[in-house]
Amino acid sequence: MNVFDIIGPIMIGPSSSHTAGAVRLGRVAWKILGQRAVKAKIMFSGSFAETYKGHGTDKAIIAGIMGMHSNDERIKNALTLAKESGLEFSFELIQLPDAHPNTARITLTGENNATCTIQGCSIGGGNILVTEINGLEVSFTGQYNTLLVLHYDKPGTIAAVTNFMAYSGLNIGNFRLSRPKKGGEAVMTIEVDGEVPDYLIQNLQILPNIINVILIKAI
Amino acid sequence: MLSYNSIAELCQNANEQNKKISEIVLSDEALQMEQSEEALFNKMTENFKTMCQAVNDGKNPNLRSASGLTGGDAAKMEKYAQTGGLCGSFLNLAIMKAIAVSEYNAAMGKIVAAPTAGSCGILPACIISMVESKKCDEKQAIMSLFTAGAIGMVIAQKASVAGAEGGCQAECGSASAMAAAVLVELAGGTPEQSAHACAMAIKNQLGLVCDPVAGLVEIPCIKRNVSGTVIAFSSAEMALAGIESKIPADECIMAMKQVGSSLPCSLRETSQGGLAITPTGLKLKEQVFGTK
Repeated sequence: MNVFDIIGPIMIGPSSSHTAGAVRLGRVAWKILGQRAVKAKIMFSGSFAETYKGHGTDKAIIAGIMGMHSNDERIKNALTLAKESGLEFSFELIQLPDAHPNTARITLTGENNATCTIQGCSIGGGNILVTEINGLEVSFTGQYNTLLVLHYDKPGTIAAVTNFMAYSGLNIGNFRLSRPKKGGEAVMTIEVDGEVPDYLIQNLQILPNIINVILIKAI
Repeated sequence: MLSYNSIAELCQNANEQNKKISEIVLSDEALQMEQSEEALFNKMTENFKTMCQAVNDGKNPNLRSASGLTGGDAAKMEKYAQTGGLCGSFLNLAIMKAIAVSEYNAAMGKIVAAPTAGSCGILPACIISMVESKKCDEKQAIMSLFTAGAIGMVIAQKASVAGAEGGCQAECGSASAMAAAVLVELAGGTPEQSAHACAMAIKNQLGLVCDPVAGLVEIPCIKRNVSGTVIAFSSAEMALAGIESKIPADECIMAMKQVGSSLPCSLRETSQGGLAITPTGLKLKEQVFGTK
């Protein structure tokens, strides 16, 4: 924690959890999609479902999907801007048992037909926790630069990735592996200290058994 | 390096170096964040400017929140403040600023969470009032936000600044305690006097529940930003007069933590108790969200 966690962030109101956090969730989904979204299906659970209209959570999440930050004054008009830019969106209310009260599931379709679904929650003070990406369990807050490495669960893959990071002088603050099925698709969630150079991502991408590497910059 | 786990630590370090709390915090944070003091000061200047803009835009008489429940009261207060009211125009204009920023927040305006969005009106109201009435200059005001941040960090570590955890005492109570310490510093008081003002502000809001109508950051949040502002001023005035809090600030923070944990869930931002479930509170909720 530092002094700007208390005096800050500069954000669009009214709620750090229901507005600022929602922008970040939308933004993470957009980052993971990796292209402009043309279709967004958003499902709200818990407190998000009950109060999203009054807090502008709907506008906030769409703003994030369009790549805005939580201090962008266009958030207020995000729904109109989305329609104008050809982003089709819908909101649904769902009950996710055992989920955090402020949880959203976001499914995006991109202009080049890529799709992704993420689930995450807004845990207070504008901070978020992403818990699922495309059915794979993850856990990251976006407070640190985070590398998501989608790969096939084969021996040596993790060692290859972390070795490469070590050579680049990058320190790992947190590492988590999610592997629903032995030998199947898996994801490493790696939170790092400091900046991640572009060449590192490119080099990781060409390692054997790597499907994709996504950098979520600290937000 | 500072640990930010007690107010006493801040006072002791400031006294040892014969500096203000804001000065030791700026130096320490620059060290901890591996950035220059100038860079941090510039970043804080951005926060200050955003606060000023929020006061300015928030007093628009046509301002309304997304829910339609609030807006326009800061404009009323500004007009009234010109009469001097009961407490003079200085305090009434401070009240106006607290309403303006809080209403602006509810209307999806750009604000600085300080420490939260729900309590974003208190620090701007106190600090900008000091600048406007020439009781301090802009640079001192920006510096004082480092003192506010340090007090907030101690509270966040030892208790909480989230309504969902500690009730409104954790949000408006913390903001008010931060502002009280700041006002003392801006008025030329000692670090100890800042600590006493901080303690007295906490004592006066201990137990304050978080019971927002319809779950929105509007009713009663906007008006609690006003009481937080007034309590910050009264606490600072007492401290500057040489009055001491018999219970030290760090122990007040401990009490805040203990009281917060004792609050039932219904009074911690869930809108299941307090003003939220009064007949009118429920009616307003229906008005905004319709019946289910």
